[in-house]
Amino acid sequence: MKLFELAHSRTGDKGDISNISVIAYRLEDYPYLKEHVTVQKVREFFKDVVHGEVVRYELPNIGALNFVMDNALGGGVTRSLNLDAHGKCLCSYLGEMDV
Amino acid sequence: MRSIRIGSGAGFGNDRIKPALDLLEKGELDFLCLECLAERTVAMAQQNRRLDPEKGYNSYLVRRMSAILPLAHQNHVKVITNMGGANVRKAVERTAEIAKEKGLSGLKIVGVQGDDIFDRLDQYQESDLLETKGKLKDLKEPVAANAYIGCAPIVEALQMGADIVITGRCADPALFLAPLVYSFHWNMDDYDKIGKGTCLGHLLECSVQVSGGNFCIPGWKDVERLEEIGYPFADVAEDGTFTISKVEGTGGRIDRHTCAEQLIYEIHDPTRYLTPDCIADFSNVQFEEIGKDRVRVTGATGTARPETLKVSVGYRDGYTGSAGLSFGGPKCFERTVLAARTLEQIISRDYETEELKVDIIGYNSLFPRDYELGFPGGAEPLELRLRVAARAKDRETLELIANEVDTLTIGGPANCGGLSRSIKELVAVLSILIPRTDIHVSYVVEEV
Repeated sequence: MKLFELAHSRTGDKGDISNISVIAYRLEDYPYLKEHVTVQKVREFFKDVVHGEVVRYELPNIGALNFVMDNALGGGVTRSLNLDAHGKCLCSYLGEMDV
Repeated sequence: MRSIRIGSGAGFGNDRIKPALDLLEKGELDFLCLECLAERTVAMAQQNRRLDPEKGYNSYLVRRMSAILPLAHQNHVKVITNMGGANVRKAVERTAEIAKEKGLSGLKIVGVQGDDIFDRLDQYQESDLLETKGKLKDLKEPVAANAYIGCAPIVEALQMGADIVITGRCADPALFLAPLVYSFHWNMDDYDKIGKGTCLGHLLECSVQVSGGNFCIPGWKDVERLEEIGYPFADVAEDGTFTISKVEGTGGRIDRHTCAEQLIYEIHDPTRYLTPDCIADFSNVQFEEIGKDRVRVTGATGTARPETLKVSVGYRDGYTGSAGLSFGGPKCFERTVLAARTLEQIISRDYETEELKVDIIGYNSLFPRDYELGFPGGAEPLELRLRVAARAKDRETLELIANEVDTLTIGGPANCGGLSRSIKELVAVLSILIPRTDIHVSYVVEEV
């Protein structure tokens, strides 16, 4: 199963840090997401993008996870050479992850 | 219980104007907040002000204020905005002129100054840069330094009788928190309520991003009529609970999903969202759908505010540029890859850049992918665009690199076109912390 079938996402940016939410469409799928969308898997998925630490925060009330990824935006939004300097598109790619 | 209604009419400097007019006309608002100042914008604005002392406020201010002032005045809606940018005084004066031109009277405009600490930057040379391991003194050419101030000065402006409050750099949620503190006489150390108000500010500060913007994936999560999308407002009760909604009949969508995406947008640890007014805790927020496009928000709280304020320091960082050209039709992938590799060799051989990035729009410009892999399933793309981006110490290097891209039209793989280039001086932003007692606020007042 692909992550996009269970959850939706938005990317935010601050400096060189990108954060991606993973929000269950159905609250009852949250435990499954918590078990299968791990820091290790997300780090592996973004290994060519993220060059720093990945931390996961949990918001069980709203069925959501928040992945905070350091050193992820080509040196920071204001100086990155990336076409998508803010990394807004990154969350769409994460949806392709097998869970 | 008393409640007030706050609308969010802009989430960035160039945001569409009409939704704010709909809010003013049909929203029965008490306050309209307009967040118009991105992280780097204020640094660019400082440069503009140095070139022309009449400038430095939001470039869209005249158009936006001209449209909203008459309606705000007519419907007794107070307006709070950070459109002052790097020149609050001029923004206030210009707004007063617009009010007069529109024939309005009985309007008090108050500007909040004091965020600009550029003249005092010398005293912080040993301060650590938050994003890197360096110190402030490592930045060779700072051009701007603005502190994120909290809501207290805005509250004071409202207490002075302001109908319009214009700030420079302040924390975005503070624009929304201020009317709550003012209206309900909340104590600034009642951190539970300040945390709730900060949550409201965080959810509304990006305007339409909570009411169906940046959300629609056709067939998976649909949003009604994006072309008429409504901007949000919130009814906030004295105890800090609130309901987010939008003007009836507008497009868009507000439910627990749109709210959840915005709650987590640009936050890190949800138990510790740092602002000048509190450390907000969003980890126990609950969304309750109480009607179509109506969500009740509870559970936010907060703890004591930090003793330091964040300062964005803008600094010159050389030049940055990009150039591109397109290929289409059979074998366009092979030709674009050949063009990319050819250019990479020429540029790294003949030019000195600080960083170089060559990629293909339509293949790997948003997410890395090796050229050897090709398109999934061996698909043939219809068209592709080569993109070359570089950073260098001088503008000339980037002009010459763009000329190399141009040269591909006669010296590269067959049949490419659609040249473009853009080169600009780079103002990057890093942050330091300063003691909050270092900030001294002053006010600019105009009455018409």
